[in-house]
Amino acid sequence: MTLLPFLAAGWIFLVGVYGMVTSRNLVHAVGCLAVAQSSTYVLLLGVGFRKGATAPVFADVPVGTPVVDPVVQALVLTDVVVGATVTALLLSLVIQIRKRYGTLDPEELTGLKG
Amino acid sequence: MNRRARSAVFLVAAAVFAAAFTAACTGLPAFGTSTHPYGSRAVGAAIQRHTANVVSAVNFDQRAIDTLGEESILFGAVLGAVVLLRQARDEDRQAPVPGRILPTTLLLGAGLLPVTLLVGVYIVGHGQLSPGGGFQGGVVLATGLHLAYVAADYRVLRRVRPLAALGAVDAAAAGAFTALGLAGLITGAAYLQNVLPLGTFNQLTSGGLVPLINAAVGVEVASGVVVLLAQFLDQAVEIESPPDGERPQGTGPSPEAS
Repeated sequence: MTLLPFLAAGWIFLVGVYGMVTSRNLVHAVGCLAVAQSSTYVLLLGVGFRKGATAPVFADVPVGTPVVDPVVQALVLTDVVVGATVTALLLSLVIQIRKRYGTLDPEELTGLKG
Repeated sequence: MNRRARSAVFLVAAAVFAAAFTAACTGLPAFGTSTHPYGSRAVGAAIQRHTANVVSAVNFDQRAIDTLGEESILFGAVLGAVVLLRQARDEDRQAPVPGRILPTTLLLGAGLLPVTLLVGVYIVGHGQLSPGGGFQGGVVLATGLHLAYVAADYRVLRRVRPLAALGAVDAAAAGAFTALGLAGLITGAAYLQNVLPLGTFNQLTSGGLVPLINAAVGVEVASGVVVLLAQFLDQAVEIESPPDGERPQGTGPSPEAS
């Protein structure tokens, strides 16, 4: 089953999107977005995995030791940082929505204002 | 659209996604494969530039321009949160009430605060050698500072957290990253190219530009996260909104209130 790690990433993504679709609370929706995004970490690290290899850091191991793919790890780092900042920004928007409209339920936020 | 219809649309989309994603996965290289063309080349380039931590070499040397964009996203997000969570005109600021603090908790917090900050500095400083780097160490530094809030109270945190200075430091560190790239242009190479002396492999001074960019990112992330958390803590602890009834419900911000 070499497909399983990749399919796990797809499953995490779908779980996160399902949470967003059925969400009744904007804080919950932001959390679900973080879950959906974390599927990309699993997918990227799965793509970069190499059997029997160690971390791509040559401080303790001799140069030439097989290591896992460092490029995808760097991409995941970027992903984590951007994900955290986007979550922070969305949560501050949620705070403003709660203050101005008195609700966190997306179903009740129906009015469109220009 | 009601909930049932929305769920139905989601289920159809999820089925299509699941089928297409599974089909796409069968075309990926096998899990755990030993051929990683990009990875092997990145490792070779990192060793050539005397950087033991290949992930740092990728982030701060080979893909430094991408990291500049990533760091700008972080800076923009902090700026956005500060603007969104500022005190509105109809809100009051109340002095936080000091809570009861257990002496043992206070002792543990006071003891651990310098240790945590030291660990943060270590993780930032050794980013080019061992796992870690500016982003990870910066978050350790920023959250470590909040031990003052967890173990003592908000007024102690405010005393150890010079917010105005940290905001300026955040901007200066973001600018320093951009300015460090000019070193390449001055010597006639490309922007953000690693042109500094590379040093001895696996030493603190190795990697040329990598430790410098790493430090700039560490300072920026640490101050940025402190400023970001300060906005949320302000909302939770200090800023008092008027009761719900006093605000026009569902009509959005009135012109004089926003």
